[in-house]
Amino acid sequence: MAQPATASHLDAAQADFYRHLLRQMLLIRRFEEKAGEAYAQGKIGGFCHLYIGQEAVAVGAIAALRDDDYVFAGYREHGHALVRGMSPRVAMAELFGRSDGCSRGKGGSMHLFDADRLFLGGHAIVGGSLPLAAGAGFAIRYRDTDQVAICFFGEASVNIGAFHETLNMAALWELPVVFLCENNRYGMGTALERAAAVWDVYRRACSYDMAEETVDGMDVLAVHESTRRAVLRAREDKAPTLIEARTYRYMGHSMADPIHGHYRTKEELEEQKQQDPIEKLRMRLTDEGLLDDSQFEVMAQQVQGEVEDALAFADQSPNPEPDELYTEVYRS
Amino acid sequence: MATKVFMEALSPTMEEGKVLTWHRKEGDQVSDGDVLAEVETDKAVMELQARGVGVLRRILAAEGAVVEVGHLVAVIAAPEEDIEELLTEERQERPEPQPVGTAGGRPAVTAPAPAAAAAHLPQGGEAAGQIKSSPLARRLARERGLDLRIVRGSGPGGRITKRDVEAATEAAPAAGIPQTGYQDIELSQIRKTIAKRLAQSLGPVPHFFLTTEIDMERAVEARDALNALGEGPKISFNDIILKVVAAALQQHRECNAWWLEGAIRHFNEVHLSMAVAVEDGLITPVIRNAHLKSLREIATEARELAERARARRLTPEEYTGGTFSVSNLGMFDIDQFTAVISPPEAGILAVGSIIEKPVALDGDVTVRKRMRVTMSCDHRVIDGATGARFLQTVRRMLENPLAIVW
Amino acid sequence: MPTITYRDALNQALREEMERDPDVFLMGEEVGVYQGAYKVSRGLLERFGERRVVDTPIAELSFAGIGVGAAMVGLRPIIEFMTWNFALLAIDQVVNSAAKMLYMSGGQIPIPIVFRGPGGAALQLAAQHSQAFEAWYAHVPGLKVVAPATPYDAKGLLKTAIRDDNPVVFLEGEMLYNIKGEVPEEEYTIPLGEAEVKREGSDVTVICHSKTVAVALKAAQQLEADFGISAEILDLRTIRPLDVPTIVRSLRKTNRCVIVEEGWPFCGIGAQVVDEIQREAFDHLDAPVLRVTGADVPMPYNKYLERAAKPDPAKVVEAVKKVTYLD
Repeated sequence: MAQPATASHLDAAQADFYRHLLRQMLLIRRFEEKAGEAYAQGKIGGFCHLYIGQEAVAVGAIAALRDDDYVFAGYREHGHALVRGMSPRVAMAELFGRSDGCSRGKGGSMHLFDADRLFLGGHAIVGGSLPLAAGAGFAIRYRDTDQVAICFFGEASVNIGAFHETLNMAALWELPVVFLCENNRYGMGTALERAAAVWDVYRRACSYDMAEETVDGMDVLAVHESTRRAVLRAREDKAPTLIEARTYRYMGHSMADPIHGHYRTKEELEEQKQQDPIEKLRMRLTDEGLLDDSQFEVMAQQVQGEVEDALAFADQSPNPEPDELYTEVYRS
Repeated sequence: MATKVFMEALSPTMEEGKVLTWHRKEGDQVSDGDVLAEVETDKAVMELQARGVGVLRRILAAEGAVVEVGHLVAVIAAPEEDIEELLTEERQERPEPQPVGTAGGRPAVTAPAPAAAAAHLPQGGEAAGQIKSSPLARRLARERGLDLRIVRGSGPGGRITKRDVEAATEAAPAAGIPQTGYQDIELSQIRKTIAKRLAQSLGPVPHFFLTTEIDMERAVEARDALNALGEGPKISFNDIILKVVAAALQQHRECNAWWLEGAIRHFNEVHLSMAVAVEDGLITPVIRNAHLKSLREIATEARELAERARARRLTPEEYTGGTFSVSNLGMFDIDQFTAVISPPEAGILAVGSIIEKPVALDGDVTVRKRMRVTMSCDHRVIDGATGARFLQTVRRMLENPLAIVW
Repeated sequence: MPTITYRDALNQALREEMERDPDVFLMGEEVGVYQGAYKVSRGLLERFGERRVVDTPIAELSFAGIGVGAAMVGLRPIIEFMTWNFALLAIDQVVNSAAKMLYMSGGQIPIPIVFRGPGGAALQLAAQHSQAFEAWYAHVPGLKVVAPATPYDAKGLLKTAIRDDNPVVFLEGEMLYNIKGEVPEEEYTIPLGEAEVKREGSDVTVICHSKTVAVALKAAQQLEADFGISAEILDLRTIRPLDVPTIVRSLRKTNRCVIVEEGWPFCGIGAQVVDEIQREAFDHLDAPVLRVTGADVPMPYNKYLERAAKPDPAKVVEAVKKVTYLD
């Protein structure tokens, strides 16, 4: 691709990297929009939690990892799976509950897994993934490798027992884990201020004498920087970090929930959208002369094509065979 | 799934049945337990019940048709279900049942071997469910061809268990075992020889007959006095005879007995068969535990059983399992007759009319009410003197009715 | 053959499996420095070091979850609960994570883990420390549930559980730790899912597991001596998967059955066994199946009330008399 004339101080590799981050955020946004449509059409069932608005967190953080690091997430995890390299086809097929899905239709929207890419779920009990990630961290120490485990969770998890138990043990045993709290300000419909005595999540770390950071979760580059430091701390110093990324979801808690209403206003939502992470990075790249409108258009069309393809693939993927019901309950 | 409706074995001895009336017609919705038809068995008119849910799609045996047990008489199925294949199958296996012209005149069916009777039992399901029995007992009974209806259950609430089936199989006779205590008497060599010789010379049941004439003056007085009270049922002479026979049998258990080929069974309790003439034959409903019942109870029960017998409404349990029979033809002005024993029972008392006749009494000729009774005895079980002693007791009791309560 | 305690049999199993497989480690409260709350892990810290014998804070939910997480990435953790009463705090990780991970990942992520510790009542520990949880865990597809009654079984089954690629709930008994039995010196394992006839008999099958095996054996002696009843004692050993063929084989012989368990009656192990029996052995039954269970109450503290709440030989004898129609 021909580089536009630029006044940027970034070198070519960095420029490519930033464009890559933009493309990933765009992919998540388009994928989630399509998922929302498919949900409305009844093609996706159950609970479906969309990541629109929060793309910068998964994209910025996972970009700081190596391929042999472990990634754990909650139930709003489509974006994390895609960033980790799961193909949109396989992800969408799982959302559709089809046999070509990553979990062969048995997991669904909340249980995406990709063992090959060390994307380890997809956990739908609030706080449930925190000790699991610590367990991976424990295994890393046990085997004495320099891997890292990262755990994404929402701010509503920080009031649950598992959060405190896990952070305590992670600090006590010096586990190489990054605890990345995606503070989107609402646990379903309850604002953090109505659920927590301490409103700054990062301050919880001091209870366990753990390193902490707070970062603008709408800024993918800031998230990336912050996570990079925490990963380094884990990899080299075997020390955990609690990162609070302040972000915002544009959609309701799940597809079954209102986007705004009693718990937040439309005005608040519109105001937050002014901080859109995709627009923010696009503007920056445009300003630096690294991406013009036509280049963005090409990128957007590619992404759109990829998502359309995923949808078509999921649509024609067969349902699991009836006898799949009883397979994979036990490993024989 | 279509349900085939078969001619069912509705009595222990039934081999075929005649469809009297269909209560449902083709196209009717039926469910489990609905009465589909009335069927005349060898003994009674019984109800044929539905054992499935659906529409009565086809009736294969017209009213009046005589159908062998186990043959198809109707089909219950879903409204749209294809039953043709099922019908074809059935036709290939069995000929069409032929209706017969008249209702009466069919020969009485003699008691079949127990295995044959059991083979006609429905397998498990509703019929077996009416009898409290363990699943194992049901399976064992099925395997051994034993009719659970004749087995006494020793478990809670009378549940038939494995040990009951085993006990019953060891000593299963040709007909129902009354639910009663008894002692089996092993056959001595001489008894075996008598049994064999007598059977050879006189036929399958070696009968002999004992006749006595009884003075009925005081029995008549007693009956008149009781009926004059105007309370309870009217007492007949037959009721008094039944009461006396039951009481006498208690004193002569060797006559209250069965011949079991391998053994003689003396019963502690008296289950009195009473012969009742019905339109086209004879049936013997049983008064259970007659020895425990008052005259009034016997009168009531005898009347009711006779009525239901004539209406052909007796259930198999009500006409099997007797230990001794009484047959009374007095009302037909028969002075004296001999009756045929109903195996495995060993005796039957034939009762004639009460007749006024001159008799010598204390040196004078005087007119008295007299009645002749003849007892048929199975010589394998009852010897002459044994029967005679029993008859003597019967006679004394009738001549002095107070002896009944004494 | 050496005679050792149930406790030492378990200790041998842990030691041998940790020797055999470097991925096996033991984690729980007081397993290391303290040598185990019930001394099952005695000497293991000295032998294997802090890396593989890990003392935890009192935080059942998260150390269970850490075990599951470690299993997700290929280790073979043994998580000790000081007692199964405390494991209620961890049941989210046992059920929602361990039991379901393989299934909801479409077979991608097996969880080779053992959760173990003592269950059931000891003596006068009162309501919160006296409960048998077999039925709770056996209810969950994805878990295997094992409850051995003898030192021999305890060792052989724990070794197999550790080698199994599925989550295994392994319920020991505080009152069993001191019982003695023969355990061979040579290596052996016992397959999961196989019941064992502990005593042959012909009149009634008494189905039991864990502590109630001793109860049933005592009852069998009394039944033989006092009533001439020959009781077959069938030890389930593994609750899930349940060894239905062995149960049916015994029932075909005896036609009568009493099920003894320490847990509560409602939806208990016996309820499931009865269900299997009525489907698979219906025609072989000569009597309804009876159950002897713990009383349907929280465990009382008082010694006599507690005794009344537990299954005992007299209760088993009574039930057997009923099913054999002697009562």
